[in-house]
Amino acid sequence: MFKKLFSIKTIVAIGIGAAVFIILAKFASIPSPIPNTSIQTSYAFLALMAIVFGPIAGGLIGLIGHALNDAISYGSVWWSWVVVSMIVGFLIGLVAKKIDIESGDFSKKKIITFNITQVLAQAIGWLLIAPLLDILIYAEPANKVFAQGFFAVVSNIVTVGVIGTILLIAYAKTRSKSNSLHREL
Amino acid sequence: MKKPVIEFHNYSFKYNSQVEPTLRDLNFTIYEGEKVLIVGPSGSGKSTIGHCINGLVPFSFKGEVTGSLKILGKEAKSLDIFSLSKMVGTVLQDPDGQFIGLTVGEDIAFALENDCTEQQTMHEIVDEVAKMVEMDGYLSSSIHHLSGGQKQRVSLAGVLVDKVEILLFDEPLANLDPATGKYAIELIERIQKETNTTVVIIEHRLEDVLHCPVDRIIVIDDGRVVADMSPDQLLASEYLEKSYIREPLYVKAAKYAGCEIMEEMKPAHPSTFALDGCRDQLLTWVEAVDIVPSSEKREPILELKDISFSYEPGRKTIHDVSFSIEKGEMVSIVGKNGAGKSTLSKIICGFEKLSSGQILFDGQDITHDTIKERSLRIGLVMQNPNHMISKNMIFDEVALGLVIRGVAEEEVKERVERTLKICGLYPFRNWPISALSFGQKKRVTIASILVLEPEVIILDEPTAGQDLRHYTEIMEFLVELNRQGKTIVMITHDMHLMLEYTPRAIVIEGGRKIADDSSAAILTDSGIIQQANLKETSLFELAKRLEIGEPRRFVERFIACDREVRNIWQ
Amino acid sequence: MAVEMLSYIERKSPIHELTGVTKLICFIIWSSAAMLTYDTRILAFLFIFSIVIFFISKIKLKEISFILIFILVFLLLNNIAIYAFSPQEGVKIYGTSHVLFEIFGRYNVTIEQIFYQINITLKYFTVIPVALLFIATTHPSEFAASMNKIGVSYRISYAVALALRYIPDVQRDFRNIALSQQARGIDMSSKEKLPKRIKNATSIIIPLILSSLEKIDTISNAMELRGFGKNKRRTWYSARPFQKRDYLTLIAFVLLFVISMVVTYYDGDRFYNPFV
Repeated sequence: MFKKLFSIKTIVAIGIGAAVFIILAKFASIPSPIPNTSIQTSYAFLALMAIVFGPIAGGLIGLIGHALNDAISYGSVWWSWVVVSMIVGFLIGLVAKKIDIESGDFSKKKIITFNITQVLAQAIGWLLIAPLLDILIYAEPANKVFAQGFFAVVSNIVTVGVIGTILLIAYAKTRSKSNSLHREL
Repeated sequence: MKKPVIEFHNYSFKYNSQVEPTLRDLNFTIYEGEKVLIVGPSGSGKSTIGHCINGLVPFSFKGEVTGSLKILGKEAKSLDIFSLSKMVGTVLQDPDGQFIGLTVGEDIAFALENDCTEQQTMHEIVDEVAKMVEMDGYLSSSIHHLSGGQKQRVSLAGVLVDKVEILLFDEPLANLDPATGKYAIELIERIQKETNTTVVIIEHRLEDVLHCPVDRIIVIDDGRVVADMSPDQLLASEYLEKSYIREPLYVKAAKYAGCEIMEEMKPAHPSTFALDGCRDQLLTWVEAVDIVPSSEKREPILELKDISFSYEPGRKTIHDVSFSIEKGEMVSIVGKNGAGKSTLSKIICGFEKLSSGQILFDGQDITHDTIKERSLRIGLVMQNPNHMISKNMIFDEVALGLVIRGVAEEEVKERVERTLKICGLYPFRNWPISALSFGQKKRVTIASILVLEPEVIILDEPTAGQDLRHYTEIMEFLVELNRQGKTIVMITHDMHLMLEYTPRAIVIEGGRKIADDSSAAILTDSGIIQQANLKETSLFELAKRLEIGEPRRFVERFIACDREVRNIWQ
Repeated sequence: MAVEMLSYIERKSPIHELTGVTKLICFIIWSSAAMLTYDTRILAFLFIFSIVIFFISKIKLKEISFILIFILVFLLLNNIAIYAFSPQEGVKIYGTSHVLFEIFGRYNVTIEQIFYQINITLKYFTVIPVALLFIATTHPSEFAASMNKIGVSYRISYAVALALRYIPDVQRDFRNIALSQQARGIDMSSKEKLPKRIKNATSIIIPLILSSLEKIDTISNAMELRGFGKNKRRTWYSARPFQKRDYLTLIAFVLLFVISMVVTYYDGDRFYNPFV
């Protein structure tokens, strides 16, 4: 069962996915108009990987990518937020089968399914779990952590909604069948 | 009678993603202890044959198999990929993809780890195998500190730990500089002798593989076996030419001179090639040449003055390099892997900030210009096309740079279509890029730079991974651009390319310029050849054996002749 | 773009000599202890102890200063945010209010608030030296083997090893792609308007993703050809055998954990309250 859940391809996807997640988190954040915040393209990538490789890969890319990034960039791991990345990756991955991106078809209906899922997943993660863990572990003030969570959820929902959708459309196009191609003179 | 180890019998294969079968009705057998070379142009199916032997087809690449393939007497379909991997050890083309471990020792041990070998035994085997490939001093080195040739040796060691009976090399020369490639071929020869294995090499660089003896060559074209014979026999035949595979240059020269090549002349190696019968013909042929005098001095377009650069403080990667490139020139920058050639091209394009020195373009100082400003004049085509392509359709990809610059739609269409025509991509303009071959993708990236109309184009390994036909296509295309006035700088490993297309070459070694001369002069200077891991082409060896006083003339005559012939193909 | 990353620092020290497994377990114990407790005495003790370990490791402060500066800035901002959002949090937790001076409205400075914020900072600080050390003294090769040894499936452990192995490759790819796209006029900095910036960003991210997916295919084929996943377990070339010092260290850390928990929860509250 374990072997089936973790095919070699899934394992490699988790490893490389985590590496790409880290590089995007470090180098590819887009400065946003709101000071001191940036658009985290890494979460758009996480959503793509979750849809392509499923919930297990999505969750583990979030977990390993975020934990390793914390470790090599900040020298310690903020578990409360790492866990959220894992949950977000996992939850988005739950609709992977339904969306079936490999078919090359990412129609309007599927785009909506994807976006509803990502909004729900991120709301659960950033608005519920992250603040609760911060309160439990660090006894941080409730209103502060909820404000932080609110901020994260808005910016990440927009990021995944816009960039994640663009990435998935681009990916779906590369999967389209090329049987019908012929040269035009 | 020798024992057969690989037997293809009426074997065909079609990938699920494709309409046409890739392999059709293959019939051939490879025997124990043989060394067989499989050659074929790009897209001929030769790599797929490799995948069939190691089990990636059909276990990883799905598709329809008909007919039979037996490995060591067992039907391959009935085995699984793990049992196959115990019989066939594969050294893949891409060393970065195959090198999975963080350190040399770990990577060599990978298969042993998967077999649950005890740690002590594992260390013993790794030590022994590392010694065989001369990597024993590097066991704890990280992959990121190894050269391409070293990575390949580690990959080879990684399959040798299993005591496999068949060694399969998929394009082993693809990413290596000339001297390292030569060493790799010698290493394969030695390992085969030491381990008594059967060796299958898939490669289109025929002459380089023939540096060491090969028992048999199988030519694949369009999914079929078109020839299966000894090297001597094959070189005396027409099959290579028909399949657009580059024949060894010395053989080609003899053919141009009008000699008839026969199996008995042992053409497989330049040193065994019996010249007696055709010496006179070759000598007369050379006499007929007119050497075109080198054209007059033109104005410099790009000048580098005392360029130095370091990635980390205190450790210079580039040391005081100066050279100048003239308007309308075609120049090669050559040197071994890691010598600093690519870094130099990045400095020219402004990707890296130099620590001292000056860059002039058309006499103007551009040292402090941004990447974007420089990109209007200098275009860089990167080695890996996948690093440049971001659009799904060919047209959009080529148009991207123009669209971003805000060029009007009409003009975009006109310029893109013109460029696509020049690049031979016009018939594919509405194709998704994912449907293209590697070589076609490369042309898309050249087109996407060309469309911006820079005056200087720098190409990093423009012909890597291309067979002779596509090589000729790309190079003739660049020559045509050059005729239209574009200045072209190429970074390359390919000595023949440098000789054939670029009159002048700059040699970089250890971040320093060690030579800047005519290509022919450089390739006759044994000191520089050795220092920069270059290799003489076999034409020089032939010229020496013919006792031609000026080997350069011989080479030039050959090049003139060869290009004329190949131009007919287009 | 030269962002520094924390990585293994080669050295000869007693900490380096411990096996990866020992260090991983100690790191987990330590993190758990620091997360669970809020007892100032325990936190202070753990913090001082972690600094002692840091000195034993012979890692120089200079080598990790870039990260320390980053963390200090983060903690400063975090403290400001906590005060801004909840200036009475300390009063709420400790139940008393010793006002030092008033600012305006509900913003005043109490000893309780200062004490609470010192605690929260200390809590973050306690984890840092140990986490830093874990990364700086454990060779990445030993990482996967250690995770596998403490019970994580070797498949997942190997995914972590792959991530560590390919971070530099992906970084190099990213840089090449970003530069070549820049040369075609694509700009990701704040000079452009936001929608265009996003569009430009995707034209860098898409090639990175597509080439990474290709990498996934090549690597999985290579791993398959070399027999990965054949058995229920696998051995590790870089694993190191347990020594006496590993057992001793583990015992010490477990004891430390038990003591901190007992002291913390002895009075039924994870906070140490000096005000009553």
